This record gives sequence, structure tokens and C-alpha cells, in this order.
Amino acid sequence: MSTPADVIRLPSPAPRFTALRTFRIGDFPVIPVLILGVITFAAIFANLLAPHNPEVGSLAARFKPPFWLAGGSTEYLLGTDQLGRDVLSRLIFGARVSMVVGFTAVMVAGVIGTVLGIMAGYIGGWVDQVIMRLTDTWLALPALTFAIFLAAIVGPSMWNIVIILGAVYWTRYARVIRGEVLSLKEREFVRLAIVAGCSKPTIMLRHILPNVINSAIVLATLMLGVVIVTEASLSFLGVGVPPPEPAWGLMLSDGKQGLMVGYWWLTVFPGGCIVLMVLSANLIGDWLRVKLDPQLRQL
Amino acid sequence: MKQYIIRRSSYSLLSLFLLSLTIFFFVRVTGDPATLLVEPGASAADIAAIHQRFGLDKPLWTQYGLFVWSLFQGDLGQSFYYQTPVFELYLDRLPNSLLLAFVAMSLSLLIGIPAGIMASVQVGRFWDGFGKLFTLLGQSLPSFLVGLVLILVFSVYLGWLPSSGAGTPLHLIMPAFALGWYFAASHMRLTRSSMLEVLGSEYIKLARLKGLPQSMIIAKHAFKNALIPVLTLAGINVVVMVNVAVVVETVFAWPGIGRLLYEGITFRDFPIVQGVVIMGGGMIVIVNLVIDILYAIIDPRIRLES
Repeated sequence: MSTPADVIRLPSPAPRFTALRTFRIGDFPVIPVLILGVITFAAIFANLLAPHNPEVGSLAARFKPPFWLAGGSTEYLLGTDQLGRDVLSRLIFGARVSMVVGFTAVMVAGVIGTVLGIMAGYIGGWVDQVIMRLTDTWLALPALTFAIFLAAIVGPSMWNIVIILGAVYWTRYARVIRGEVLSLKEREFVRLAIVAGCSKPTIMLRHILPNVINSAIVLATLMLGVVIVTEASLSFLGVGVPPPEPAWGLMLSDGKQGLMVGYWWLTVFPGGCIVLMVLSANLIGDWLRVKLDPQLRQL
Repeated sequence: MKQYIIRRSSYSLLSLFLLSLTIFFFVRVTGDPATLLVEPGASAADIAAIHQRFGLDKPLWTQYGLFVWSLFQGDLGQSFYYQTPVFELYLDRLPNSLLLAFVAMSLSLLIGIPAGIMASVQVGRFWDGFGKLFTLLGQSLPSFLVGLVLILVFSVYLGWLPSSGAGTPLHLIMPAFALGWYFAASHMRLTRSSMLEVLGSEYIKLARLKGLPQSMIIAKHAFKNALIPVLTLAGINVVVMVNVAVVVETVFAWPGIGRLLYEGITFRDFPIVQGVVIMGGGMIVIVNLVIDILYAIIDPRIRLES
């Protein structure tokens, strides 16, 4: 018969990170950073790296498979699409689109959300009520549908997509930042600043903002993946980045027709790029979350 | 109780008001809404007729009144392409969307709940790590990509499943999986954390003190209580699924609301796009209201809280 000491097995405390150790050296997510680094590099030096013009193809060279398959040539390493455009070059230039849209949209959303979150949290009262009601309402709208709606109104272009994504995703920042500000404003240093005669804008800018910036950065990294997927979805549906611009989502949408006849490279390569980028962004975000902000772990 | 319901309902009304205001505002901020509401290439007379019908020459607040009034009557405008009211189109497609959402939800629960339980029992060991990997993939793989890969494998190479359309149960499998995939990950995560919370509670410790075997504790005592938040989330997520299925429905040509939205985009049929957004937002606000009220009925702590 077992003693009570054997029987009482309380759940062991949740360990920090157990999964995906293989992706890291020590604590640092090396491979995700490398992947994002490569994609960033490709995005910056796309003009130099791409072997062909991404928007012009030769119809004589349509649907060429990657070079290791029969019929492929080393001239088009990853094959060509339905207009004879080089897939590799389009992927490289597509990295630029994803990076630009991803980073700027996250920044736009972050700035709007942080400003409104700080205002709602610090000023309180009716300002808080108005901002938070609006946040709740916008959160109720399914993000993708809302983005499609906005895109249908303003028309597709890369910068419109940035603004749309910013307009759709600021709510998540506002929620989190407001919560942080609510607890920050009860702290000693804020009270001292009030006693010292600082004006409200000064306190918000000089004392509150530096203390919520960590959370904003963590959220931004986690949002990067979401934003990139949404951009790809919008492009896939034809309301994102307009053709012939080489966006990964657009390439997938074009590749869809060739899928049934076995032109798999038109789908697999851009799809793989999206997955790698989003996966890396999420892993780095998770790592930053643990590093910078223990309170956000449950987010 | 009555007070709680009144307060909660008034919040929802406010949300619906802000929702209509948002949509109303966005349609007008970019220029003349008449250009969105008539077919491309319509004559000046048609545009004038739209101005007349929606009172676009009247002051803004009158226009807003007309807009809300027509919403109350279930009038979401007329589709250019189908030449029928958008509301009817929406109701036509709704059963298909609900069917897809229910199957996708069942799949995601069948995967997510057992995986979550395994992870919670094995904190820090193999299944937990596997679960985390699964969650990460669930969040990182866009549903259209999952859909395309499924088509590539099961339709193109294996030839087992039809790649698009509707009609037989076989048509449902791939879209339901592509749609349920993301939600399976989120259900897994919630099951895990909810199980961990329950497993740390006093009554489970008591059950252990009584000497009950682990399997009995998990299956009979912990599981049922841990399931409540998961099922609540699942309830909300069915509605969310109907509204996020646009990509999956496009990939598989499933004739639901998402597909309707996609047709609205490709045919430049703005009333459809606007109608789907209004219905989607409204549905989610109302479902949230119903769930909060049900919660208050079940749990007195919620309704007594100021």
C-alpha cells in the first residue's frame, strides 16, 4: 500500500520553455533570427539578388519546373509561373513587400493603440469610456472581414493595406497598454511627478510611455506574424497588393490554378516563405515576451 | 439580475450603434458613397437615383437615420450581380456556412481537447512539448495554405477527396480541417490551462488523498469542470468561424458566406461586402451578449459584481 506522500502528486510548476528547445541555443532563438535576417537581407538587396525582373516574363518559358526536375534549367532555379516570370525573383521581391507591409502596419497599429491606450488609462473618465467602447466594438468585428470591407472601399494598393491593417489591429495594443497604465498610474513615481507639478501630457509622455514601451514591443513582434498572414490573405483574395507586384499571397493565389495540373512549385515556395517568416516572428515574439515582460506571459 | 441584463444589453446596444457608425463613416469618408453603391460604369441618372434613395443630398445625421432605419427593416441593399436583396443572399448561404463551421468545430474539439488534457497531465514532458509545437504551427500556418497543401496531397496526388464544391460529406472534410486547424490549437491551449487550474484545486487534492487513481481523477473529476470554459469558447468560435471562413471557402469553392463575400469582392459588388460585414459584426455582438447573460444566470458572482 502506498503512503500518502506517494499519492499526493501535485502538478509540477509550469516550466519556462520546454518545447522547441532545438530551435534555440541556450535561450536565444538563433534559427528564427537567422531566417528573419535572411528575409530582411533579401528584401533590402532584392535588386541585386534577383536574377530576373520579377514583373516581366517570357511567354516562351511558361511553367518551367525547378532546376532539379526534368525540363527545368538553372536559368530559372525555382521555375517559372503562368506568365513565364521567374519564381525565385518574385519570391525575393515578395520579401520586400511582406517586410514593408508587415513592419509599417505593425508600427501604425502600435502608435495608434499605444497613444489611445495611454490616454484611456491615464485620463480615465469619459475619455476612457469612449476609447474602450470603440475598442470593444472594433474587436467584435472579425479582423479579416473588416479589412476586406475597408480594402473594398479604398481600393487595393500597398500603402492602403498598411493603413487598413493599422486601423484594424490597433485595438489589441490599446487593451493591453490601458491595463498597464491603470496600475502604473498608482505608483509612487507618478504621484511624485504630479506633486512636482508635471502636466498631464508630460507625465504621459515622460513617465508612463517609457514604462509601457516594453509591452508595446513584445506585442509588436507577436502582431508581426498576424499582420503578415492577414496581408497574404488579402492579397490571396485579390484585395491586397495589386498585381503585377510580387506579393507572396498573390503568388499563391495565382498558383492555385496550376495546382490541379501539378505545378506545385507555384504554391509550395511562396507558401513556405510565408510559414517560415510567420513562424520566426512568433518564436522571436515568444522569446521577447519572456525576456521583457513576465506579466504578458499569459497573453 | 434584471439590472445586470439591462446594463449588459445597453453595452451591446452601444456596440451596435458604434458598429453602424463605423461602417457608415468609412463608406462616406473616402468620397461619394454613390460611386460604391452603383455598378461600375452606371449612368448619371442611376447615380442620381441612388442619391435620392439613400438621401445622400441630405445632411449627414439624416443620412445616418435612413441607414439605421433600413438596417432595422433587414434591408442591406440590392446586389448588382444577383439582382436580389443582399439579406436574402445572406440567408441562402448561412446554412452552408453553419454546416461547415459545426463540422470544423467538432474536428477542432476532437483534436484540441484530448491534446490539451495530455499536455496538462504531462507538463514539461513529451506531449506538452508536442502540444506547444502544435499550437505554434496552428498560429503560424495560414488557413489558405493548409487548404492548398491538403488539395495538393489528397486531391492531386492521392485523388481521394474532391478539391472543390459541395454536396457530399466528402466535400466537407478538407475545408473543415483547414478551418478547424487554427481553432484546434487555441482549444488545446485553453484546455491545458483550464485543466492545470482545476488540477491544482482543493477537491482534486482531496480526491488524491482518498487514493483515487490518476485516470479516475482526470476523467471523472477534473475533465468535466475544465471543459466549461472550453465549450464557452467553442460556442463563440462557431460564430467567429462563419465570419473568418472567407479564405477557406474561396480555396475550396464552398458556397457559404465567405464565398459570397469573395464574390462581392471580385464582381465589385459593394452592397454584398457591406452586408456581410454588418451581419458578421452584429452576430458577434449579440452572441457575446447571450453568453454573458447565460454566465450571469449560472454564476451569481458575475451579476453581483458592480
